[in-house]
Amino acid sequence: MKKRSFLATALSLACLSVAAGAQAQAIKLAGLYELSGAGASAGTNFKNGVELAVKEINANGGILGRKIEHSISDTQSNPGVAKGLTSKAVDDGVFAIFGPVFSGSIMVSMAESRRAEVPNFVGGEAAAITKQGNPYVFRTSFTQETAMPKVARYIANGLKAKTVAVIFVNNDFGKGGRDAITKALEAVGVKVAADISTDSGQVDFSAPVLKAKQSNADAIFVYTNEEESARALRELRKQGVSKPIVGETTLTGQKVIELAGDAANGAVAHVGLTVDAPNPLMLKFKAKYYQEWKSISDHNGIKGYTGVYLLKAAIEKAGKLDRAAVTKALHGLEVKVAKEPGVLMDVSMDANGDLDRESFLVEVKDGKQVVKEVLPALARKS
Amino acid sequence: MTDFLQLFFSGLATGGIYALAALGFTLLWQASGTINFAQGEFVMLPAFGMLAFAAFGAPMLLSFVLTCAVAVALLGWGFKRGIVDPLLRFGMMPIVVATIGLAIAMRNGVRAGYSAEAHPFPSLFADRLFNVAGVTITLADLGTLAVALLLVLGTQAFLAKTVTGRAMQAVAQNTESATVLGINVPRMIFYTFAINALLACAAALLVTPVYLAKFDMGESLGTKAFFAAIIGGFNNSRGALLGGLIVGVCENLAAAYISPTYKDAVALVIFMLVILFKPQGLLGKKVERKV
Repeated sequence: MKKRSFLATALSLACLSVAAGAQAQAIKLAGLYELSGAGASAGTNFKNGVELAVKEINANGGILGRKIEHSISDTQSNPGVAKGLTSKAVDDGVFAIFGPVFSGSIMVSMAESRRAEVPNFVGGEAAAITKQGNPYVFRTSFTQETAMPKVARYIANGLKAKTVAVIFVNNDFGKGGRDAITKALEAVGVKVAADISTDSGQVDFSAPVLKAKQSNADAIFVYTNEEESARALRELRKQGVSKPIVGETTLTGQKVIELAGDAANGAVAHVGLTVDAPNPLMLKFKAKYYQEWKSISDHNGIKGYTGVYLLKAAIEKAGKLDRAAVTKALHGLEVKVAKEPGVLMDVSMDANGDLDRESFLVEVKDGKQVVKEVLPALARKS
Repeated sequence: MTDFLQLFFSGLATGGIYALAALGFTLLWQASGTINFAQGEFVMLPAFGMLAFAAFGAPMLLSFVLTCAVAVALLGWGFKRGIVDPLLRFGMMPIVVATIGLAIAMRNGVRAGYSAEAHPFPSLFADRLFNVAGVTITLADLGTLAVALLLVLGTQAFLAKTVTGRAMQAVAQNTESATVLGINVPRMIFYTFAINALLACAAALLVTPVYLAKFDMGESLGTKAFFAAIIGGFNNSRGALLGGLIVGVCENLAAAYISPTYKDAVALVIFMLVILFKPQGLLGKKVERKV
């Protein structure tokens, strides 16, 4: 009996040391991205950004001397798959999870990472994500509630518009954005003249655009995912809409410009991140990304890339590879580019996992994003 | 009224494309009793074919011609010899299941082998707008509709007026007498498959600038074309045209006047009504099979 318990102890000790040995070799990151389905553009960019950062960090000796190991899976833009993959990642004992990018998937999958207390860096912008009191979810971009007031201010003061037609996509991302912009527009005294819902993956935008036209609004706000944004822009142009077209982040994304062609010219959007930002680090990132992937990164690429560096900064602040300590370090984390150039812009994370940093107002001119204005970071509320 | 016309014309262009794919359905059904549920993917694959040739620097027209050649070999001959011929003798069900499988394989093949992202596709027509009485029509819409009409009517003329076309009809109506008359039956059936492949290429050329080249672009297209073919009449190629246009226009009108949410249901509702009240389709006749 005594002998057996000794054996058992020895065995479990041996197992533990093997496990510890494995952990010493690498920091495991699970990447769950929309590599197919409606989110393919967004997910692929995000993944590319993460991979680029991992490659750089590993080439420079890793984090606390340990290399990062990044495994990639495809959520197929399907919340059910995303949830399953998250619990699989948890079972694999990863240190942190990156993705998904689509808010609808995140809303379902983040319960799994929360249960396992694994830090989860997500690409979603829906306001609800960080409102659940989940301490393990961290954004890599603005929430709609930070971004939309900036958009509304531009519509009211920049465009002097009195009424706006809102075209949104009927998913968590779109509905969240529509609620946020409606609230923000109300606050600055602009009326929503038409509230137009579209489907994810919709091909023909003639009906929604016609509705927007009929509303005779002073401006049109388009909040859909990449492919649909391109189709909406084409249809807006086709039906000869001459009113200003305003968006938030996706509308002027690289992929949208590529897909929409000339129709994208003139569209204005508030973007949290753009590779065309007047910032030498960002230009360097743009070049590195292009060299690696032969395409220009959109904001999702930057989100993935800076997300990994945020994690790195937090691990270094915590000083040890301990999930609880790193999670604690992330809340209230402030990273200056002078110290960690990988974050590209000075950034701070609040207690909810929301980000704050500078943002930009861009316009598409000749198929390129041109920064019109740099908007300062919101004063951090404690 | 202008709104109605605007939606009507946009719908016609979309409908023209549905009609092209639907024509493929009816042709194959009449010539060989095959229902091809991979019809949408037969449109998707040439779209990527053209992008591939274009990537090697071929101009638009050349890549279209090259893609047509490859499509006739692969989607015409290959499909007939590889899937239809070995399975047809076991009845229609195995073919239906096999083409559904083929569709899934093609979709995922492109997704895994090429890319899951949407790719822009150059338009055949110049980017020009016309404004007629408040209705904006693009040259692309007009061109798409015109080319689709030409192709459908051209195919019909070919079948009705040429010796080969008539021989194909003979084969469809009565294979045994056609053999006795000295018609090369397998060759005539192959011609049908080849025409189907060519129509798919043409549809790809017209539809991809709007749909964007993506691995799953054929999914809804194939379903809509199938509905259109049934609505118009499965044994009448003019029916395919009518069915396509009806589906295209009604979808657009429903999206605007009822709700965008029900847009995709429209084709299905018309489909059910037709099946209930005129099972042979709007233009279909209860006659023997006729190409």
